[in-house]
Order: sequence, then C-alpha cells, then structure tokens
Amino acid sequence: MTGSTASHPNMARRVEAYRARTVGLIGRALMDSLKKFSPRVQVRNPVMFIVWTGMFITGALTVNPGLFGPSQVGRWYNGTVTVILVLTVWFANFAEALAEGRGRAQADALRQTKDDVTARKIASDGTLSIVSATNLRKGDLVRVEKGDIIPTDGEVVEGIASVDESAITGESAPVLKEPGTDMASTVTGGTKILSDWLVFKVSADPGHTFLDRMIHLVEGARRQKTPNEIALTVLLAVLSLIFLVVVATLMPMADFLHVHMDVATLIALLVALIPTTIGALLSAIGIAGIDRATRFNVLAMSGRAVEAAGDVQTLILDKTGTITIGNRQATEFISLPGHTDNDIASAGLAASWYDDTPEGRSIVALAVAKGAKHEPSWDKARGIEFSAETRMSGTDFPDGHKARKGAVTAIANYATELYATAASEALKEAALVVARRGATPLAVAIDGDIIGVVALSDVLKPGMRERFAHMRSMGIKTIMVTGDNPVTARVIAEQAGVDDFVAEAKPEDKIGVIHSEQAKGRLVAMTGDGTNDAPALAQADVGLAMHSGTTPAKEAANMIDLDSDPTKLIDVVAIGKQLLITRGALTTFSIANDVAKYFAMLPAIFMTALPGLAALNVMHLATPETAVLSALIFNALIIPALIPLALRGVRFKPVSADAMLRRNILIYGLGGLVAPFIGIKLIDLVLGLFLR
Amino acid sequence: MMTADAFWQIVAIVLIAASLSVPFGRYLAHVFMGERTFLDPLLDPVDRLLYGIIGPAQTSRPMDWKDYAVHMLLTNVLMGVLIYVILMFQGHLPLNPLHFAGVNPELAFNTAASFITNTNWQNYGGESTLSLFSQTAAITFPMFTSAATGLVVAVAFFRSLAAADGGRNLGNFYRDFVRALTRVFLLPCLILTPVLVWQGSPETFTGQAIAHLVQGGLQHIPMGPVASLEVIKHLGTNGGGFFNANSAHPFENPTIITNVLEMLLMMLTPMSLVVAFGRMVRNPRLARVIYGVMAIMLMAALFIAVSAEQGGTPVLAGAGVAIVHGGGQPGGNMVGKEVRFGNTQSAMFDTVSTAFTTGTVNSMLDSYTPVGGMVSLVLMMLNCVFGGKGVGLINFLIYGIFAVFIAGLMVGRTPEFLGKKIEKREILLASLALLVHPLIILVPAAWSLMAPYGVSALGNTSMHGLTEVIYAFTSTAANNGSAFAGLSGNTPWYNIALGVVMLIGRYVSIIFMLALGGSLAAKPAVSETVGTLRTDTLLFGTFWLATILLVGALTFLPALVLGPIAEYFAMHAHLVS
Repeated sequence: MTGSTASHPNMARRVEAYRARTVGLIGRALMDSLKKFSPRVQVRNPVMFIVWTGMFITGALTVNPGLFGPSQVGRWYNGTVTVILVLTVWFANFAEALAEGRGRAQADALRQTKDDVTARKIASDGTLSIVSATNLRKGDLVRVEKGDIIPTDGEVVEGIASVDESAITGESAPVLKEPGTDMASTVTGGTKILSDWLVFKVSADPGHTFLDRMIHLVEGARRQKTPNEIALTVLLAVLSLIFLVVVATLMPMADFLHVHMDVATLIALLVALIPTTIGALLSAIGIAGIDRATRFNVLAMSGRAVEAAGDVQTLILDKTGTITIGNRQATEFISLPGHTDNDIASAGLAASWYDDTPEGRSIVALAVAKGAKHEPSWDKARGIEFSAETRMSGTDFPDGHKARKGAVTAIANYATELYATAASEALKEAALVVARRGATPLAVAIDGDIIGVVALSDVLKPGMRERFAHMRSMGIKTIMVTGDNPVTARVIAEQAGVDDFVAEAKPEDKIGVIHSEQAKGRLVAMTGDGTNDAPALAQADVGLAMHSGTTPAKEAANMIDLDSDPTKLIDVVAIGKQLLITRGALTTFSIANDVAKYFAMLPAIFMTALPGLAALNVMHLATPETAVLSALIFNALIIPALIPLALRGVRFKPVSADAMLRRNILIYGLGGLVAPFIGIKLIDLVLGLFLR
Repeated sequence: MMTADAFWQIVAIVLIAASLSVPFGRYLAHVFMGERTFLDPLLDPVDRLLYGIIGPAQTSRPMDWKDYAVHMLLTNVLMGVLIYVILMFQGHLPLNPLHFAGVNPELAFNTAASFITNTNWQNYGGESTLSLFSQTAAITFPMFTSAATGLVVAVAFFRSLAAADGGRNLGNFYRDFVRALTRVFLLPCLILTPVLVWQGSPETFTGQAIAHLVQGGLQHIPMGPVASLEVIKHLGTNGGGFFNANSAHPFENPTIITNVLEMLLMMLTPMSLVVAFGRMVRNPRLARVIYGVMAIMLMAALFIAVSAEQGGTPVLAGAGVAIVHGGGQPGGNMVGKEVRFGNTQSAMFDTVSTAFTTGTVNSMLDSYTPVGGMVSLVLMMLNCVFGGKGVGLINFLIYGIFAVFIAGLMVGRTPEFLGKKIEKREILLASLALLVHPLIILVPAAWSLMAPYGVSALGNTSMHGLTEVIYAFTSTAANNGSAFAGLSGNTPWYNIALGVVMLIGRYVSIIFMLALGGSLAAKPAVSETVGTLRTDTLLFGTFWLATILLVGALTFLPALVLGPIAEYFAMHAHLVS
C-alpha cells in the first residue's frame, strides 16, 4: 500500500480497534458459519455446492456402505470422507462469515449512534415539537442545540455552530457549520453539535440518510457480486463442470478394465479437483476488499466501484489541496526599478497588515523577516478585503495613503485607471520571472505606484513525487487541474512529476478532460467536493467525493472519503488492484494444486488393480486410503490457512504489469504446484501413524 | 533417445515448413484483407463468375458474426445433404466401374458428417465401398469446401478481434469462401498433382488394373483419381484416404519425397495462418509468441513420438527383435510401419498429421508404442498445436482468453485481450467452447465402454481397447480423423455416435467462437499502458503454454492414465504382451 497509515492519524487508531475486535469476530463468525450450511446459501456458489452435495452422498454411504452396490470400503472410510467434506464446506462458510463480521461489527457501532434520537421539529407556525428522528421527512425544519445528536442529514439555514463529526469520519477536530457556504452548510445525521445552535432543513427521508447508507454498505446488506467476480464464478463453475464430467466418466472406463471404484473415492477425487480453494474464499476476498477501503475511511457505494478503481488509467487531481498544501506562501520580494528591496518589503507589510488569510499572514511573516517594521499609526488604518470584482485587497491608512496588492493585471489596471500611471515593462518581466519559477506573482502598489512583486509559491505535499512515479510505473496517467496560469502550472506539474496538466481551469472544465480521456478508451478517476464537481464525479469511472463536500457531490460520486483527503484516490486505486490480484493469485494457486492431487490420488485409486501405476506414486504415500484422504485433508486445510491472505489481500507493490505477473506466477503458480506435494506428504505421514 | 539423423530430420522439416509459412502467411493476409495479389488478374474473373452464380446481393453485403455463422451453416448443411444423397444413391450414379451398391444410411451419415466437417474419419475402405463418382463428388469436393469453411471462419474471427466498427462488418462469407477456394486451395492442387503423378500416384477414371500373376490367377488393383485427392487431402488438412490404408498405400504416398511433400502440405496453411493472424490483428509480436509456443509443443511431440518408436518395447526386445538401430536394421518398433518410411518418417508423419488435424496416416497407430500413440492422442486432446486451418489457432486463442483472464487479475486489472475487456460473456462463451471438447470425448467414450454394442466392436480388450475408444472419439471431436485402427467403426452405434460428435465438435465450437469474437468486437477498446498485461511477451507465452498443458492435463489425465499410461507401465513391468 502506498499510503501509509501515518498520513492519516485516526487510521492507526481505527486499525487498532479492529484488531481488538477480531477475537470477538471469530466467535461470532463460527456461529454464523453454521447457518450458512443452508442450501439457499450454498447454491449461490457452484463450486461449494458440489462439495455440499457430495457431503450428503458420502453421509448416506456412511450409514449404508452398500447403497450403490457392493463396496470394498467400510463405514470408517466413508465417514472420514464425509467429515472432511463437512469441514471443507464449513471452512468456506467461516471465511465468508469472518469477512462479513468485520463490516457487521462496524455497522453495529454506527447503529448505536442512530438509536433513539429525538429532534426538535419546527412547525410552520414556528412552534417546536419533540419528535422521533424516524418521523422526520425531507423538507422539515429542525433545530439542534449544543450537546444534541444531529438527528438526520440536512442543509443549514440558520445559526452557526461547531460540530463533532467523529462518529462518521473518525476525525475528532470540530467542524464549523453555517448557512450559505457550499461546503460548511451540510450536516450529517449521527454527528454531535458541540456549541451554539443550528436550524437545518432535512434533506433525506428515514432509511436514506448518509448513516443508513453507510450501515448498509459496511454490513454488506446490499452486496451484489461484482462483474469480475461473476466472470470468475462462471469460469470456476465451468471448470467444476468439466471435472464432474471427468470423474463421472472415469467409473465406466475403470469398469471396462475391471477396476471397481467406490463412490466415496470418486467424490473425494471430484472435490479435490474442483477449485475449492478459490471457490471457498472468493466471496470473502470481495467483502474484504470493500472492508479494506472502509478501513481506509473510504466509503465505496458498491464493490463494483472498488473493482473499477483497480482499472483506472487516468487520475484527475486538483492541484490545490491534493498536490500542494492548500495555501500558498510568500517566498520572495522583487522590487521594480526605482525602489529598493526594503521598499517592497514595507509595502507588502502595509498592504497585508489587515489580511488574515494564510497568504496574507505569510507575506507579513516574510516582510518582518526581511526587516520591515509596522508603524503605530496603522492601528487606526482600515483593511480592504479581497473582492472578486477588484481582485485586490489592501489597507487604507488614516493619512490617506492606500496600499494595495493583487493579481498583476488587476493592480496594473487599478494604477492606470485611478492614478494614470502606466504599468512598466519591468513589472511584466518581474511577473514572468516569478511565474517561471512556478510561483504566483502579486503586485503591490502604494497610491498607484507599483513598488514590486511578491512571489507566492505553492508548497508540494511531501512524498507526492514518489507517488506519481509509482503511478507511472503502474501505467496510470496523472493530470493536474489548476486555475493557475499555464507557466505556473507547468512548473508545479514538473516539480510534482504529474504527466499532464490543465491550466486556467474552471471546475466545469474537469468534465471536458474526463470526456477526452474516456474517448481514448481510458478509465478515469477524480476527486471533487463542490456542487459544480458533481457532473464530473458522475461522469468519471471512479468519483471520490470528500465528506466535507456538498450533498450533490457526494450523491454523484461512487466513493466518499470520510477524511476528506483527496490524495486517498491513489490508495483507492491500490485497494482495487489488490482485490483483483488476490482473486487471480488464489485462482492460480487453486488450479496449480490439482497437479499434486492427481499424483496423489490417481495412482492410489488404480494401483491395486493396475500395479504398474504404482510407479506414478511419486510421493510414496502409505496406502491408497491415506493417499486419497491426505489429498482431501490438504484440500480442506488450505482454506483456513489462506483466510488471512484472502482477508488481508495479496501484497501489492506499484510496479509494471510484467514485473507483477512474474512475481505472482512465481509465488502462487509455482508455489501452488509445489506446496501440495509437501503438504500431502506430511499429512500422509501423520495419517500413516494412526492407520497402520 | 533418438538417432542424430532423426533429430536433424525433425529440425529440418519444421524449419522448412516455417520458412514457407512466412511468405504464404503474408499472402493469406493479403487475400483476406482484400489487398492485391499477383494472382488477381488470373483469378478475379473466376471469382466474379462464382459471385454471379451465388447471387450478387448475397456476395456484396457486409455480415456480422450471426449473419456469417448462419450463411456458413446453411452452405454446409446443403453440401452435407448433397454428400449424403450421393453416397446413398451411388449405385444409380455414373462413374461406378466396379458397380458398388449405395452406402447404408448410418455409414452415409457418418461419412457425410465426416467430410463436411473436415474430419475425414473413415468407417469404410474407399477402394471397396465407393464409386469413382462418390470419391470425387462426395469425398474430394468437400475436402475443398470444408477446408475453406474452417479457414474463413478463422478469418472472420480474426476480423472480429481487430474490428473497429463494433463488429458489424466481419466480411462476407461467400466472398471469403470463394477466395479461399480459388486463391488458397485450388491452385496448389493444379500445380502439385503432376508431382505426385511423377512419383507414382495414379490419376485416372479407370476403376482397377488387372494383373496376371506369375503363379497364375488374377489380381485386381483398384485405382482412380488418386493424385489430385492427395494434394487437397493434405493441404486442406483433411486426411481421408482413397484407399483404406491411407497414406501407407503406395499409390497415395509412393516415396519418401511424397512423404515429405505431404507433411509440408499439412503444415503449410495452419502455420501460415498464425502469420496472417499477426498481420490481420496488427500485432505481429503476439503472432510470434503464439507461433513459438505452438512450435515448441510440435517439436516436443515429434521428439517424443520418434524417440518412443525408435526405442521399441521390452516385449519386442524380449522376443529377440533387433530394437537397436544399425547393421541394416531400422531398430525400434517397426510393427505396422512401412519399410520405405522407417520409424522416423512414420512417427513424424503421424505426429504431424494429428497435430495439424489431418488424420492421415502412413503407419498404423494401433501398433505404436504406448507413448508414441499417446503423443497423437494428446495432440488431438489439446487440438491447438497449430491444429487445422483456423480452428487450431482459435482454440489456442481460447486458452489464451483463460490465461489472460487469470494473469490479468494477477496484475490487478480487469483482464483485457487485444484491447478488449474479458468479462462474464466472454468467459462464458470461451468456457463453453472449451467444455464441448472433453464433453463429447469422455461421455460417448464412457458410454461405448459400458454398452455391449460399444465393446463388441473393439479389436482389443483392457487398456489398449480403452485407448482405441477414447482415440476414436478424440479424433472425431477434434475433427481430426486420425484412426487408431483396431476399432471396427462401421456399426450403427459408432457410425451415429461418431457422426454426431463430429458435427458438434465442428459447428457448436465454431458458433461459440464466432459469438465470442462478436462479443469482443462490440466492446469499446481500452487503451494500453504499462499497467496493461502484455500478451506478446515471453513471460506470457510461458504462462499461456502452462495454461494449455495444465487445463489439458487436468481434463484428460484420468483417461490417459487408464489407457496408454497404464499400458506403458504394465508393458515395462512385463505384465502385458
């Protein structure tokens, strides 16, 4: 996994909590696995259904060994085969129950936050009434106060309050909620209001809230087989069918040679040959894949979405917040001819004195570091806030001086229009120098006299370059989307090591990028949080919405990151790939095992009647009975042995497809050929002690 | 072990065939991509004449996979019925100098099914059953059309892999069919028939020569238009002989020169088709990997078969036969082999014949060593070591779809093949195509071994008898036609069962394959990155080979263990003579 838990502090805590719960989970899974012996469950898995059916036939043979005519084997043999088959089915059930159990435990925890919540509903005449949360409908107005659990999802219409969303996100730092803003006006049911009060309009009917969806998802209640899982199930079913034909036709062929075959042995052979290992673990692998995403605090709306993440070929990433730390920092002052470096530092300080934005603070900090001093008279000055029309901010001093800073073109226009001073070539050059370094130039003017330029630089998040290099080695193209000018964008793109960038982009432009990538036959993933990201999130093959984002964004996406960390998109890709790799690796292992099972069972079955075949008994298994039973026991025991791998997923490293294939063929292909030879021999040695 | 001279014979024949396959493969690609070839001025008028007969409307429109399959089936049904009728009523038809009566209905069904499916399984002896009209119209004629059918189906499948229009135009069946006949099969026949005549094959409509023997009395020597049949018999990977003894008969395969020529003819189209595939799907690297894997399997089969026959058996050794090569003795197991070919050329010929689904024999497989016979059996079970024209490569690609699916998962992507995603529908169709083969081999073989009417036709009991039955159904299922001999197939049960197996083995498989191609063609292409599993590498080629051997072994190993493998061990333990 490329994303370390260290980058998500609350992750480590969550993982710890999971470990603590595991012991309890096993007990519960043992119980659940018994219920899964029901035919309704078994019939969904063709491979295990064959084992399940075989179990009953050998069971009947244990009671009456002569059921299908004369038999050379006794009750103990048929009984032993039956017990091993029951165990095989049970191990498969256990794997699935254990995988489901993790989600179920988390769902229970979520459900607790939901139970017995009441709400103050505001009637149309303004009166308050206490109602149960389950009676709230879309459009109702609700008032919540300090200490309340927010009863359901909604949009804030009045008030301002801090809210603890840790029940959903695991993040304990409170979040400010207020009406009117895109992001901060959404409240989620199950979270807790820490201060003040809010009035919000309910946006979801009971059963359709975010919490409800989350419970459903983690519990796997709506779990459907994913497309790839279906394809693999078909493959395994047909393989099983082929083996059914092979084993069924073996009996008349053996009869022709006057070799009698016992039904229990035939069933043992069939069960050993059909891909029970992957058949037993397939469902658990899928559930665990979604569970892994959940443990990364990413809520996938379906298993399909997690699977699709593994296929992603293009990642569209916002520059700000994803590639760079959200805020730009002042890193340099450049004075224009006629002004000194001290002049620009002082001017910058003056223009930013009342600017509380992180950018403004960083200019102040840099100016102070360069020796600029503020004057006491500034205390009576007035700060001018940034506005979208003027694209400037600054300070009006009591003595009538005006300090302004802003985009280079905005300041140039301001100086020309209000002070009739034409912008110099030197300004353009200075701005270009700054842009070429990947920084954003801000011009600073005192009374229309442009003193110089402040360079605001983006700060890359640590480790991004390595991550993009990993992406490239996996064949994933990264595209950075930014509102910056092309020159700045190019520098950041080069520093971060993304493959491509779109400069001067508006949020709406993302959808155009997605369309053009998809037209080239590529699968696209993107992150987003704003309402204007929603169409693009819906269009992308994988859309990861931030939990801090708006409801439309969250509804359009097929995954939600509860930590609201856009870089998680990269981890999600890894989780998707790991899911598919685990399936492929265990399928390879399962099929490769058959070679050794043949070498154990075929000579054993025939060598009494056709003594020459004893030469094929390369493992020198003790007796025909121990050979058959050893192979069957190995077949059963390998399932619980591989449960941890199925749940954890095969180790994944971001390397090229060829390197990954070579590694997995060596481990699971060759390993699958060799391991059962050793395992079966060992089991045979143990059985030999008892049966001699 | 084999002699050095045998080793070099094997290397030489594969190298010569390979070097012929490159230019001929390019020529095939030209023919089916509608590009100009040097023969166009000569053959275009012939094509136009044939298009005119079939109907301009039918021959000029594009077909999707369903359309293509329907017209392929219609054409084949029509021809199949025609063959059946000719065989049944040959007594009333011309060119019947030996006055043979009509063929009985079961045998006529079996023979019609056999020749229309390019199997050429023969439950009859040609010289003692068929009139010359039947030999020409019901045997030689479908040798051309069935070969052309297999070839054009493969071509349509390749087009569906490369389709950019969603698969709406996979070509026109009739056009492809005519072009395959005129540009691939007819011309070499016209050129090479005289070569066979020069080497001693007859080409006549005289039914028999009568020899006055020295010791008195007469010998009737049947003959007919043999030389022309020999060329298409091998070029079209058909394998049906004029005589019961097939290519062991001195009229069909008179000399070592014709033996080599016939082997090269068998190998030509299937090997060339891999080259053509690379051009048609615009991925010559992939074609090279496929070619390499197939060639390795072929060489291995040749080495094993020749070694086994040269090695002889402990039974022969015990009987005092010189099984070591030298001193004017060929050594090894010469039972059932022609002295003019020896062990090496015999084992090579029969191995090539089963690998390339021709089924012609110049020596009797029933008398091969267990291992030598098993090589032929395994080649037909896998049915993708070059195989017949088209079907072998498609089978190989179907194994490839499985390999891609599993390997694709192991690199963490939804598996893709040639830029198309492999999903449920593709896996289902590929699985069914794969399932058909063991199903129609094992089930009827098991049935035959249980039923008295199945067992009574066997020439041997025990493991060898089992091998005979499995061989018969494997050969017919693979549309190979190679006969192990020892099984008297001309009984109502075997005529009908083998006939049905041939029809299913041919048409059900083809329909699944075309449907698979159609399904892939309809998908949007996924762009390729370094995260894409590459199928044109040595690594994937190895995995592909392992998949073929593993799936093949897992499916057929129990049957092989009871047949040739048990026989081998029994023979070496001196339990069987």
